[in-house]
Amino acid sequence: MSPLAAILVRDIRIAVRVGGGALIGVLFFLVVVTLTPFALGPDIVLLKRIGPAILWLAALLASLLALDRLFAADHEDGSLDLILMGRAPLELVVAAKGLAHWLTTGLPLIIAAPLIGLLLNLDGRAEAALMLTFLVGTPALTFIGLIGAAIAVTLRRGGLLLAVLVLPLTVPVLIFGVAAANAAVAGSVPFGNPFTILCALTLASLVVGPFAAAAALRQEME
Amino acid sequence: MRLSASDLACRRGGREVFAGVSFSVRTGEALAIRGRNGAGKSSLLRMVVGLIRVAAGRLALEGGDPEMMLGEQAHYLGHQDALKPSLSVGENLRFWSGFLGAAAADIGAPLAAVGLEALVDLPAAYLSAGQRRRLSIARLLAVKRPIWLLDEPTSTLDAAAQERLGEFMRAHLDGGGLIMAATHGVLGLEGAQELQLDQIPSPQAAEASS
Repeated sequence: MSPLAAILVRDIRIAVRVGGGALIGVLFFLVVVTLTPFALGPDIVLLKRIGPAILWLAALLASLLALDRLFAADHEDGSLDLILMGRAPLELVVAAKGLAHWLTTGLPLIIAAPLIGLLLNLDGRAEAALMLTFLVGTPALTFIGLIGAAIAVTLRRGGLLLAVLVLPLTVPVLIFGVAAANAAVAGSVPFGNPFTILCALTLASLVVGPFAAAAALRQEME
Repeated sequence: MRLSASDLACRRGGREVFAGVSFSVRTGEALAIRGRNGAGKSSLLRMVVGLIRVAAGRLALEGGDPEMMLGEQAHYLGHQDALKPSLSVGENLRFWSGFLGAAAADIGAPLAAVGLEALVDLPAAYLSAGQRRRLSIARLLAVKRPIWLLDEPTSTLDAAAQERLGEFMRAHLDGGGLIMAATHGVLGLEGAQELQLDQIPSPQAAEASS
């Protein structure tokens, strides 16, 4: 098994076991979205209008939940020392950990979105568009989050710092993710415009995230 | 193969930990690093594998693989065991042998060597401190690397396991490896060189005493 495949398999295993982050993220997402109709009341028109925004906000917060342990856990048990020494380039190891994080927290959100969309009065077309924006946009959330996770690696309670660092950086993803989903629902703007920008944001974060996170890790571990 | 250092200095948090450390270890030789707490034994090992920047001096490996960094040809056994509590004993070892680049992940023999073969499916969370230590030692046996850097390798091990570790180290030396170990106790290796970190006065300590 190659080093990167070993990291990927290990992180997925840890995430899906007891105490891992996979179930927590998707449960948090479901709870937040379920609470929204109760808070806003049974206004079907309003729910339909703000539904995509609620789902995107919940997805953003859910993907942050398990992120603070991504490198901190490896740092505390000494694994990060061996990873830094290893033959595999740190950038690729970081990317493999990001992929494992997305597969265990981002992907379940995409699968859960259509079910939970019913609560917000979304129709089939809107749900399909929403799933598509999730599929394209949530990797960006994870890979931008890698940078914050790497900066907060040595801190005992890095979760708060992580949120403060990462949330502002995710604003563009949020804007264009919600815009694309709304475009599909309302049909006033072409879906393609915000969607292609969302794709571009994700591609950029897939490249920048691992390099920035690896640089931060090297700096922190000195 | 020869691992040598001349006039190494280490600075941590703006404080000089040690300076002027020189040593030379050849294939088949072991070096025991001794010194009081805080003398920089662990820092020296971490510097050799590249986890701490060399503040001054020179560190060289002759006769190793020129394509690889020193740390990539070395095993580092630190204070922490680098084990994931939610993974089983077998999964932990299989991960490290995969990550460290063992072609075929045969974990049966290393686990049997450290006496953990019966616990292969047990989550590592249930292991005792000594068993955790033995599992990380199994990593050194599963993946062959010429340089072993051991930080307090015998801590938490019982007498029998210490004896077994001594056998592993002798076999490693006989097989053309070299060992650097930081220790307070007895390594169980005859003819090991000793490096006393206390006796090298750091400039600050010298100033303070004068």
